[in-house]
Amino acid sequence: MKRLAERLAGHRVAVGSAAVGSLWPVACGLAIAWFLQQLVVPVVGPFYAKILLDIGIAIVAAVSLNIVNGFAGQFSIGHAGFMMVGGYAAAWLTYYGSIQLWGSPAIHGGFLGGGDLLFLAACLLAGVVAALAGLLVGLPSLRLRGDYLAIVTLGFGEIMRVLVQRTSDVLSPADAARAGLAGTLGHLGGSLGFGGLPTYTRVFYVYVFVAILLVCAYRLKRSSRGRALLAVRENEIAAEAVGINTARVKIQAFVMSAFFAGIGGTLFAHELGTTLNPRDLGVQKSIDLVIMVVLGGMGSITGVVLAAAILTILPELFRGFADYRMPVYALALIVVMIVRPQGLFGINELWDTRVWRRWTGRGTPGQPTEKARS
Amino acid sequence: MTATAELTCVLEARGLSRSFGGLLAVDQFSLALPDKGLYGVIGPNGAGKTTVFNLLTGVYRPDAGEIRLGGDRIDGLSPPAIAGAGVARTFQNIRLFGSLSVLDNVRTAAGVRARSGLFASLLRTPRFLAEEAAILERSHELLDMLGIAHRAGDQANSLPYGEQRKLEIARALATEPKVLLLDEPVAGMNAGEKREMRDLIHGLRGKFDVAILLIEHDMGLVMDLCEHITVLDHGVTIATGSAAQVQADPKVIEAYLGTTPGAAANGAR
Repeated sequence: MKRLAERLAGHRVAVGSAAVGSLWPVACGLAIAWFLQQLVVPVVGPFYAKILLDIGIAIVAAVSLNIVNGFAGQFSIGHAGFMMVGGYAAAWLTYYGSIQLWGSPAIHGGFLGGGDLLFLAACLLAGVVAALAGLLVGLPSLRLRGDYLAIVTLGFGEIMRVLVQRTSDVLSPADAARAGLAGTLGHLGGSLGFGGLPTYTRVFYVYVFVAILLVCAYRLKRSSRGRALLAVRENEIAAEAVGINTARVKIQAFVMSAFFAGIGGTLFAHELGTTLNPRDLGVQKSIDLVIMVVLGGMGSITGVVLAAAILTILPELFRGFADYRMPVYALALIVVMIVRPQGLFGINELWDTRVWRRWTGRGTPGQPTEKARS
Repeated sequence: MTATAELTCVLEARGLSRSFGGLLAVDQFSLALPDKGLYGVIGPNGAGKTTVFNLLTGVYRPDAGEIRLGGDRIDGLSPPAIAGAGVARTFQNIRLFGSLSVLDNVRTAAGVRARSGLFASLLRTPRFLAEEAAILERSHELLDMLGIAHRAGDQANSLPYGEQRKLEIARALATEPKVLLLDEPVAGMNAGEKREMRDLIHGLRGKFDVAILLIEHDMGLVMDLCEHITVLDHGVTIATGSAAQVQADPKVIEAYLGTTPGAAANGAR
């Protein structure tokens, strides 16, 4: 039988068509984000625009967690810690960077103006810093699994929270200008939170990152690299026996997951109406994200997106009976876990589910769909 | 051993030993598996057969001895590195990627030979696309050759037992091995399934240019298939040779049936 290397010549793909195939989903995502910002936000008003932002940020956080929890099967309950690391790195850059550049931490320039560019740079910085933290947390995952790894990730989140809480108060623009950029490193607001950040997070940016993350996550899942992650989750011994370097794969998952969590943290930090506070990115937030992943289905991207959206909207709907909100929420989760322990879609995507295929008439359940899918 | 003998020998183990605490699980195990050879390891329960496989695939490090694949030392390497070098295996207690599809089980293994990295996969570069198309083609061919192509889209866990065994073999072959280690491939099968599996294993060598080492309890299968048999008992190699030779060996008969009248009666019952 012909080996893989001998077959490549028969499957050559033109660079042009590969480039088109590579870029169009991202272009579509940009268009959708633009549509939401320009046409939907003005119509629905600021309250629903804020919910739209919250949903997008929840999607970024939950889908990035899904890479490590769902794909690689490494149970992490410290994901908010990565958001915090990224969020604070970005907040530091936009706040003190703004003061250095323009003398004030207020929003500077319009759409894609100087301020927006600083914000996008902050997103990148946040991703990189969080990814480094991911590398750090990924290392114990080589020796620990299950509950023990979960405890390590939990500990990481808590350590980050305590470290941030021990920082000094935010400097005023005048003091910050005097201290210089390096002198402001320890002034992240402590337990009071990092107030006064410019609110650069717009629906457009949030959904651009949602699009990029979804495209990356989906492509990862449908590639040999991603299948290696799933193999580690399914059976580590068998994964090693077929030649998968489980150590490298796990670290990759942690780094990639943390990178996007850092961006999610940045979006959260610069959102109108939220104060970047270590309490808001603590254990509770991590647990919320885990619930989204478990509810949506470990490894299902569309399932987690749906769960993130539902679990962001639900509390808003229950706002009227705030006293009963948490019990009802908990009860709903228990019911779901009894009825569908594998989550909404299990490991599958929406279009692989039985109900969807029956609706759309795409074959009967149990029939092979892989050829059509790839 | 002469130089020519070493060249034709794809997998060679010399003096492999491994003990767990006070138990000597494998003692001085040696093997010279020639190219496209089909050798067997038999022995009563607890003889150390699976431990031999675990030593050969790097799951355990040998306390003593060396393993060579195509002349290069592979003992001490990690399991993925040994798999990468060209030793694939199946498991006695089947270990599939249960909630993945049958096709994805094979694609995962075939994908180990792909060279595109993470970024190429996310960007879908031309090379990545070509590799994935080739992986898909190869995986479908493998499923076809093992007679489970009609199951491609099913969840691996949902397959009947016999097909799960075939899927494990397909997955092992997908890694492009030089040596295939089969751990009890017909365990729990009925006579018809056993015949089918025997013919399948017999055909693998020619189709995949692979040498096969087989562990089996089923004497009939081993005697039929294997050119050379190693018999283990309590970790010690008690006999080697052709099927006829080991069958006639009094030590083998003793290991399986015992010699004292009481033990013989137990064996006969």
